[in-house]
Amino acid sequence: MSDANRTNVVGDGLAEVGRIGLFLVAVIAAIPRSLRYLRETVRQIFFVGAMSLVIVMTCGLFIGLVLGLQLYDVLSRFGGTASLGTVVSLALYRELGPVVTALLFAGRAGTSITAEIGLMRATDQLSAMEMMAVDPMSYVVAPRFIAGVIAMPLLACIFNALAIFGAHAVGVTWLGLDNGTFWSNMTSNVDVWTDVMNGVYKSMVFGGIVTLMASYQGYTTAPTSEGVAHATTRTVVFSSIATLALDFVMTAFLM
Amino acid sequence: MSQRRSYQIGTGLFIVLGFAALGFLATQTTSLANYRQGPTYALQARFTNVGQLKLRAPVKIAGVRIGSVHAIELEPDRLDAKVTLAIDERFKQIPDDSAAAIFTSGLLGDQYVGLQPGGSPDMLKNGDELVLTQSAIQLEELIGKYLVGGNPPSANAKPEAEKTSAPGN
Amino acid sequence: MNVTEPLVRIRGLMTRLGGKTIFDGVDLDIPRGGITAIMGPSGTGKTTLLRHITGQLKPDAGEIVVDGRNVVMLDRDALFDLREKIGYLFQNSALLTDFSVFENVAFPLRQHARLPEELVRNIVLTKLQAVGLRGAAGLMPAELSGGMARRVALARAIVRDPMLLIYDEPFVGLDPIALNQVLKLIRTLNATLGLTSILVAHELSAIRRVADNIYLIAAGKIAAHGSPEALTRGETAWTKQFFGGEADGPVPFHYPARDYAADLGFPT
Repeated sequence: MSDANRTNVVGDGLAEVGRIGLFLVAVIAAIPRSLRYLRETVRQIFFVGAMSLVIVMTCGLFIGLVLGLQLYDVLSRFGGTASLGTVVSLALYRELGPVVTALLFAGRAGTSITAEIGLMRATDQLSAMEMMAVDPMSYVVAPRFIAGVIAMPLLACIFNALAIFGAHAVGVTWLGLDNGTFWSNMTSNVDVWTDVMNGVYKSMVFGGIVTLMASYQGYTTAPTSEGVAHATTRTVVFSSIATLALDFVMTAFLM
Repeated sequence: MSQRRSYQIGTGLFIVLGFAALGFLATQTTSLANYRQGPTYALQARFTNVGQLKLRAPVKIAGVRIGSVHAIELEPDRLDAKVTLAIDERFKQIPDDSAAAIFTSGLLGDQYVGLQPGGSPDMLKNGDELVLTQSAIQLEELIGKYLVGGNPPSANAKPEAEKTSAPGN
Repeated sequence: MNVTEPLVRIRGLMTRLGGKTIFDGVDLDIPRGGITAIMGPSGTGKTTLLRHITGQLKPDAGEIVVDGRNVVMLDRDALFDLREKIGYLFQNSALLTDFSVFENVAFPLRQHARLPEELVRNIVLTKLQAVGLRGAAGLMPAELSGGMARRVALARAIVRDPMLLIYDEPFVGLDPIALNQVLKLIRTLNATLGLTSILVAHELSAIRRVADNIYLIAAGKIAAHGSPEALTRGETAWTKQFFGGEADGPVPFHYPARDYAADLGFPT
C-alpha cells in the first residue's frame, strides 16, 4: 500500500468518525422536538427492548450457568467457593452484563434499526417525511436513540438477574454450596453505587452508542438492497468496536 | 388501535420487568440487603483488634444472621476498638454471658461477628456490653508462626492471636 | 398577492452536482391553477428541479419563488411551513411501511393538526373515497399493487388540501388501466380542489391528455415551452426528436467516443 493510500484510509476513517459525531449532535438537537412523538418512542422501546428480551434472557441464563461452573472450579482450588456469589455478581454487574447485553443488542436491535431506516431511505420514506414537513431526525432517529438509552439498562439488569439465577442454580442447587453463604457473601461485598449503578450508567451509554451507530448506518446507506445489507454488517462491526472501546474508557473513569 | 395498544402493554410489561430486575439486583444482591429495616437494639463489644471487619458486616449466632455491625471506633483511653452491633429486635433472648468473636467466612471470605450464647438466665438489653470477646485471627501471623516453627516474627504480635480479653473477669 | 402571478417562478437557475452541470440558466414559470408538465430526456434533472422547488436541494445560483417566497433563502422552519402547503407524490409512492393505508393518509394530519379523531377519520375517508380506495383503508402498504399504492400516496398528498401538487413520474410502471385511473385523478383533483399541479414524466401520450402546458428541458436549458399542441407541431430539433421519438438527434444515439476507425485501429 502506498503512502498516499494510507493517508486516504486514515483520512476516510477520521472523516467517518467526524460524520458520526455530527450525526450525534444532530440527534441530540432533534431530541426536544421528538418529545411530542412520545407514542413513537414507546413503540420503539417495544421494538428494541421488549423484542430483545428472549435472546437477552436466554443468553443471561447460560452465561450465569457457565460462570457458576467455571468460577466454582477455579475458586475451589483456593478453598474460596464461598465467594462464588460475589465473584459472579461483580463480574456481571461491572463488565459482562453491560457489554454482553450491548453486543446482543447490536445484533438484535441494532441490525433491525439499520435495516428499517435503510429501507426507509431506499424507498424515499425519509424524503416523504421531509416533504410532509416532518423531520425524520426527530420522528425516526431520536425516538430510537431514546428507546435505546432507556431499554439497554433494563435489558442489562434482566440479563444480570437471570445470570445470577443461573450461577445460583449451578453453585447452590447442583454443586451444593450453602445458600446462605452464597447470598450473604454477595451482599456484603457488592455495593449498589459502585457496582450495580455503574453498570447501569455503562449500559445507558452503550444503548445510546449502538442505536446511534445503527441509525447512522441506516440513514446514510446507499439506497439499494446491497447498500442496506452492507450497512447492517457495518452496524454490528462498528457498534461492537465502539462499545468495547467506550467500555475501557468508562471503566477507567468510573473505577 | 388495538395494535397500538398491544405495543403499549408490551412496552409497559418490559419496563416493569426491567425495573423489577434492577430492584432485585440493587436490594437483594448488594449491601443494601444488609440494611434490615426493622427495629434493632444496640450491643457493645471491645476488641483489641478488629482485623478487616467492616461496617454493616453481619452478626451471626449459629451461622444465622441476626444483625449487623453498626459502628467501629477506637476508644482513646483504652486503645481498644469499640464495636457497636445493631441486633434485630426479634432476637432479644441473648444471655448476658455470651461471647463475641470475629470470624472469617471461609479462607478468603469476609469477616463477621459471631456470638457464642452463654448459659446465664439474664438477657442482654439495649446498650449492654458483651464482655467476653475474641479478636480477629490474623491470618498472616498464623502463617508466620507455622513457617518459623512456632515463633512469631515479631514479639508484639504474639499475644494478639489467641488472647481473650475479658476485662470483667 | 397578484392572482395572475405564477405560483412558481424560477430565474437563472444554475446547479452543478458531482462535477456535472445539471441546470445552466433555467427560467421557468408555473401558472396558478394549471397542470404544467416538465419533460425531458432521462438524466436531465427533472427530479432535481422538483427538489429545488421544494427546497430539498439548494441551487448554486438563481432564485426560486414559490407563492411569493424565495425558497433558496428560507430557513428550516419556514421551509417546513411552506411544505405543509405542498403535496408531493413520489415515484415509488414512499408509503410508510409500518402504518396501514388509513394511518398513512392520516399521518400529515396527525403531525400538524390536533384534530378530533372523528374529524381525522372523516377527512381521511373522504380523500380515500376520492382516489377510490376507501375500502382499502385497513390494508398495509405491502398488500397494495403499484397503482393502488400510488393512489394512496396521492390521497396522502392531498389530505391537507395543498396549493401545489407535485407528481414525480406518476405513470412509471402502471398498466393501462391504472394509468387511466391516475390520469383521471390528476385531472379531476386539479379541477375540483383548485390546485396547481406540476407533473414530471416522459409518457408523451399521457401528458398530452392532461397538461395545459409543457416545458421541455434538455442539456441544462429550457429547450421548448408551450401548449402540448404547439410543441408536438414544433419544428426545432429538440421537439422533433423528443416528440417524434427519433433515436438520433440533439440527444445523440452514441455516447461521446473517439473516432470509430481510429478506435478499431485502422490507419487514417
